[in-house]
Amino acid sequence: AVMASPMNSDSGWFLALALGVSFIKCLLINAYHSTDFEVHRNWLAVTHSMPVSKWYYEATSEWTLDYPPFFAWFEYGLSHVAAYFDKEMLVVRNLNYASPATVLFQRLSVIVTDVVFIYAIKECCKCLREDKGKELLWKPSFILATLLLWNFGLIIVDHIHFQYNGFLFGVLLLSVARHFQSRHLEGALLFSVLLNLKHIYLYIAPAYGVFLLRCFCFTQSKTDGSVHWKSFSPFRFVVLGSIVLTTFALSFGPFIALGQIPQVLSRLFPFKRGLCHAYWAPNVWALYNIVDKVLSMLGVKLGMLDINKLPKATMTGGLVQEFQHTVLPSVSPLVTLICTLLSILPALFHMWYRPSGGRGFLRCIVICALGSFMFGWHVHEKAILMAILPLSWLAVEHREDARTFLILSTTGHFSLFPLLFTAQELPIKILLMLLFTIFSFTSLKKLFRGRLVSSVEATYLLGLIPLAVICELVYPLTPWHHTLPFIPLLLTSIYCALGVTYSFIRLYISLLTVPSTTSKGKCQ
Amino acid sequence: MDNWSLVSMCVLLGLTTRWAVSFNSYSGASKPPMFGDYEAQRHWQEVAYNLPVHEWYLNTTDNNLSYWGLDYPPLTAYHSLLCAYVAKLINPAWVELHTSRGYESSSHKLFMRTTVLIADILLYIPAVFLYCFYLSNGSSKKKVATALCILLYPGLILIDYGHFQYNNVSLGLALWGVVGLGSGWDLLGSLAFTLALNYKQMELYHSLPFFCYLLGKCIKQGLVGRGLFLLLKISLSVLATFALCWLPFLSEPQQVLQVLHRLFPVARGLFEDKVANTWCSLNVLIKIKTLLSRDAQLLLSVTGFKSILLPALPVCLLMNELPLMATWFLLVSTFSMLPLLLKDGLLLPYAVTSLAFLFLCVYLLSALHRSSQELHLGSCYNLTRGSLFLPFVQFGISMAAMAVLSTASAALEPPARLPDLFPVLVSIFSCMHFLASLLYFNFVQLTEPPSRRGQKKTN
Repeated sequence: AVMASPMNSDSGWFLALALGVSFIKCLLINAYHSTDFEVHRNWLAVTHSMPVSKWYYEATSEWTLDYPPFFAWFEYGLSHVAAYFDKEMLVVRNLNYASPATVLFQRLSVIVTDVVFIYAIKECCKCLREDKGKELLWKPSFILATLLLWNFGLIIVDHIHFQYNGFLFGVLLLSVARHFQSRHLEGALLFSVLLNLKHIYLYIAPAYGVFLLRCFCFTQSKTDGSVHWKSFSPFRFVVLGSIVLTTFALSFGPFIALGQIPQVLSRLFPFKRGLCHAYWAPNVWALYNIVDKVLSMLGVKLGMLDINKLPKATMTGGLVQEFQHTVLPSVSPLVTLICTLLSILPALFHMWYRPSGGRGFLRCIVICALGSFMFGWHVHEKAILMAILPLSWLAVEHREDARTFLILSTTGHFSLFPLLFTAQELPIKILLMLLFTIFSFTSLKKLFRGRLVSSVEATYLLGLIPLAVICELVYPLTPWHHTLPFIPLLLTSIYCALGVTYSFIRLYISLLTVPSTTSKGKCQ
Repeated sequence: MDNWSLVSMCVLLGLTTRWAVSFNSYSGASKPPMFGDYEAQRHWQEVAYNLPVHEWYLNTTDNNLSYWGLDYPPLTAYHSLLCAYVAKLINPAWVELHTSRGYESSSHKLFMRTTVLIADILLYIPAVFLYCFYLSNGSSKKKVATALCILLYPGLILIDYGHFQYNNVSLGLALWGVVGLGSGWDLLGSLAFTLALNYKQMELYHSLPFFCYLLGKCIKQGLVGRGLFLLLKISLSVLATFALCWLPFLSEPQQVLQVLHRLFPVARGLFEDKVANTWCSLNVLIKIKTLLSRDAQLLLSVTGFKSILLPALPVCLLMNELPLMATWFLLVSTFSMLPLLLKDGLLLPYAVTSLAFLFLCVYLLSALHRSSQELHLGSCYNLTRGSLFLPFVQFGISMAAMAVLSTASAALEPPARLPDLFPVLVSIFSCMHFLASLLYFNFVQLTEPPSRRGQKKTN
């Protein structure tokens, strides 16, 4: 019997979901936080106590400002509220200061700024093609809202590890929603602001560029979908360009005036760091590294390589940032850039020649994000969220995307496990991971009526369970835990890299095999 | 098919909330020389592991009863022994005789919190779901929603995972007892409840309804013949369980007396905390009118803050039928423990879990949207006609008052002349509510129309 209760009313459930996850976030206030906590405290202190001219020069703390200026202004704004909680956190010299008031303030600031994320999700849900008459729990909007609001990766990265991704992804999703609603100028403005908040979103800037050029600057398309060259609107182009330029001018203007641009850029793009992060993100280069290691070990065994000529600690050195390849050719930043561009060009071309409105744009974003993740230089494992979150939106509308989403999100989320390495947080990450995984599988299965993942894929995903047991429980009890501590990280990275690569391939296949009925290009 | 996924998600939510609360402090943290309940539990593991059974309740040179002497029945001691075996495997220093006094470390805290979680997973949580699915009405979604609300009752979470206790074991066993009786498995039900009683003697307050119900059932089946047989079966199994639990102490009658003396310290003052002292010393029994009434509940205001958990359990079980009053009572019960929670440094989890519980129950159980009739006010309703929304207004005012008092207790300093102002205000407020609840539940129970009873009979 269906009961007449608020569960069937319109906005009640959204508020309940948002409040529910916010309560969980509040309960996690006293959980472990990483060095990122100190990073942001330092930035609060720097922006509050130093004049603007010193922001990108300040180096008392090792965690120097490496986000674009708008984020610095954001921290500056926060610092004024921080003064009411604990003035001591705003002193630059108070390194690693973490009084209870400081922790409370910083955690609350993440929880409160998530309101941008919540608003953006509401806007996204409005853009969905709703199927009326479905029961609440299996409505696409409900599923999407839950997949985004309760996203496991976002919760543990933002509210335990400590970052501000929620509000940044809110800006991104809002921008995409605006494009869906044909409010392109607002969308462009939001994305420009986003780029000036965190420059990692450059990963998806190509998608934006091509989309706006194709679908906004060219006002009409020919009947077969290709671009109608004569419909180029210089007015629109100029307006768009001026919005973007003004935003960047506002952001970097003060620093241009001070002549500090080289310094700012060197802070934003520290290419001196190695190919991989201290923990190898599960991308192509992780696989490349492991193949190199295996080959070098084989080479030594087979007598083809002289062990004395190999770089030190090749055998026992773990996940180091500066990884010297012995057998395979070394990889430079330029190589990664070329590989990244090659990986996303087909998607960009496809969007240019066969645009399919907002959804095609969204798909292109996902592919750009994932391509950059796969081939980028010094990629953080957290960047996988940039692919997972937009993919959630596609997942509630297409069966194939749902399948890819399940694989990508499960492996991607699992690859975030090493971020929380404390024993106290182990149950939390397992419980929340299970919660999200069970929900995503059952809800998408119900939505698309039937099994989504194949047996092979299911086996791969189930293999994550023994992997988790080995990495979290069994390995710490073995003697190798002290001599080779990186093995669990290595195993996790390699195993997940397989799933991520597979998802990338699947995304391309589904993009390029779009059925003919929808191939008529349209921009709306 | 969807049930299992909804159930598992609710379990996961419940467990996440519990574990997140456990991040906070526990009673007596870093407060030598006596510390608190956490140290008491650790000490019992030490005593149970290192000393022979017959010395557990005795005052010896090795066992100083004035330092957290065992004052729960033997099952608690056996549970402590089990935990101690595990503790010894991980880090023997945790249960070393004498030297482990006041031992505090983050890994030890993890261990202790894990023991509570395991007890929850094995005992309390399954009982809650069994109760909701087999002994309550409504669609399966409603049952799951009710189970979630019960699981997120803040009082139990804060005491077990914050302050630190094992109420989930005794309440879980009692709930198994209810499930057993409600499903017609009288033997298993009474067995479960006997175990609950042997875990914490406070379960005696729940024992009278169990006893009356079973006796009544036997009488109904005829005192000669089947009824007598049933009575004998139950009595024998209860006695056997008691014997089994008390086996090591039965060798000497003095042992038994000593244990009883520890469990019921008449030498101690009957009133320990301010709660008992000034305001709440009522003991009332609600009689069971029907044989198959499932809402046998006891409402007692007893000594000590944590004992409010005992009436809270039956009220949780009423969540389905009387959502507004149940939610109201449960929130007040959590609020009544505020002075204790503040002392333990649990303000944040208290605030978050109480607010979450309030919103969850109001939303999921549409607590505020039920009609007056469902409040079972019956003939009383006619008197209050015109002030139809009064209960809801009262509820709102009550919530606002609790919010104000909570904030004041946490943020303001009491005036020098009245250092206990806030705990006393909390007690007065809570007691008034408990009294009103008492009257209300009595009224509901006594005026329950027979047709409803007949309905329940066939369930």
